[in-house]
Amino acid sequence: MKTLLILGAGTGGTMVANKMVHELDSREWEIIIVDRDETHYYQPGLLFIPFGIYNPRDVEKPKRDFIPLNVKLILSDIELIEPEKNRVLLSRDKQVINYDYLVIATGSHIHPKETEGLLDGGGWRKNIFDFYSPDGAAELARYLKFWKGGRMVVNVSEMPIKCPVAPLEFLFLADWFFHERGIRDQVEIVYATPLDGAFTKPRAAEVLGGMLEKKGISLEPNFNIGEVDNKKNTIRSWDEREIPYDLLISIPTNMGAEVIKRSGLGDELNFVPIDKHTLQSSAWENIWVIGDAGNAPTSKAGSVAHFMLDVLIDNMLRHMEGLEPLAEFDGHANCFIESGFEQGILIDFNYDVEPLPGKYPLPGLGPFSLLKESPANHWGKMMFRWMYWNILLKGGEMPFESQMTMAGKWQ
Amino acid sequence: MTQDILDTVAFDDDGFMEDAAAWTEEIAQAIAEALEVNLSDRHWDVIKFARQEFETQGEPPTLRLITQQTEVSMKEMYQLFPGGPAKITANIAGLKKPTGCI
Ligand SMILES: Cc1cc2nc3c(=O)[nH]c(=O)nc-3n(C[C@H](O)[C@H](O)[C@H](O)COP(=O)(O)OP(=O)(O)OC[C@H]3O[C@@H](n4cnc5c(N)ncnc54)[C@H](O)[C@@H]3O)c2cc1C
Repeated sequence: MKTLLILGAGTGGTMVANKMVHELDSREWEIIIVDRDETHYYQPGLLFIPFGIYNPRDVEKPKRDFIPLNVKLILSDIELIEPEKNRVLLSRDKQVINYDYLVIATGSHIHPKETEGLLDGGGWRKNIFDFYSPDGAAELARYLKFWKGGRMVVNVSEMPIKCPVAPLEFLFLADWFFHERGIRDQVEIVYATPLDGAFTKPRAAEVLGGMLEKKGISLEPNFNIGEVDNKKNTIRSWDEREIPYDLLISIPTNMGAEVIKRSGLGDELNFVPIDKHTLQSSAWENIWVIGDAGNAPTSKAGSVAHFMLDVLIDNMLRHMEGLEPLAEFDGHANCFIESGFEQGILIDFNYDVEPLPGKYPLPGLGPFSLLKESPANHWGKMMFRWMYWNILLKGGEMPFESQMTMAGKWQ
Repeated sequence: MTQDILDTVAFDDDGFMEDAAAWTEEIAQAIAEALEVNLSDRHWDVIKFARQEFETQGEPPTLRLITQQTEVSMKEMYQLFPGGPAKITANIAGLKKPTGCI
């Protein structure tokens, strides 16, 4: 018997398990997937929890429900990957798993420790919160419910972060939420980002920056946080700029899993170096990487993991047959951006083409307006949760093509 | 003098050298002067590390990598290359503009 071992049963790993189970002959192959956590979190839903739109239960389901019966799910911490021995060590019962092929899908996670004073200065979960973790989002919801207002600063510690539009969505929703609560005039909203504008790509940065302005949200660009001063309630940049806050919403440094570092497989942020077009590990032929865990220079997003899926599966199957992998992944990303007041924006881009305005053709559902607010984009975003649980995770056909298309885009 | 040297070098639209192989220490001096950076030994440690990284990896190093792999701390990087340490390092080291983030 041969073994396909998948590390991580989040968005990417679950999809790979569901696809591979149909591709590999079960008389020849055993498929094993390992994750430490028995709960699957629908992470895009974390955005809505602080504002009471979703509650924590709305984004949780048991992982087991999404893993096919003939795939073996092991709940355990992954301790070490030893690529030169083709094996992985688990904490649980000190198991050792030998593999023929390995898929790394261990994602990326927040590391508030990386910023001085963020986690250990006394304000964490008192007037400093994150919404990138399930418990952070839930605690923030409790806090915002009774907050009387003041100066709210949203700060991104360091790029890259997963779902780079989420901080903007948070700002737009906060503006809406404080309106609804009738205290918008009591709240000052500030966005402090290391980027030189609202977003990484120029056309989108312009549109999104304009929206911040229209909503009365002030932008502090090129802000690279050095420390949080919990006594003065101030964040300070490396070049000594200070921004005072009453409430600090932090998107801490995002890094790949610790096990990647321990195993010597990562770059300086514990992301695994890969060929950005084939998704094969740069160092090991039989290791493949999907989703946030790799260092492909595109957004870290569930939609991207989905667009990677077909290329990854094809290339692994080709490799098993002794064929060269195809360089087919183009960095395709597409994100619905919730913009408050039941409106949304859609952006669609890849390694070479930045988000452009136009229409996104979607048979049966669309078209959706690109880079422009519309109610349909809001409903697209809300519908995404259903599609995520029911289609995407199961490796089903989504109405989006893996490779980006220029159809409908205005240049 | 500075301008004479800069005139011999091809830069892209963002002001980064088109050909990293054409770089010399004099060119680095000239770019640094144009950017009003006074090169000390500490600067050179960083610049040399950046050159070396680029040779092996094909990309200019990120700020995080520089501070992990050299003695220079994040705080000092901002003092040595105020404004945008990773970008300015790449600029003076004759490397392409760092791709930054997505
Ligand atoms: C607030 C927020 C909003 C978002 N919004 C969107 C959106 O609108 N659209 C979109 O497309 N994407 C969005 N995303 C991003 C999306 O959720 C992720 O990009 C996606 O889940 C990545 O999938 P993955 O498989 O790479 O990682 P994950 O789904 O995070 O899975 C990684 C898994 O690995 C496991 N793991 C890690 N290390 C170990 C170990 N040592 N031992 C055992 N198990 C381990 C973890 O438990 C986890 O289950 C959002 C994310 C956040 C946080």
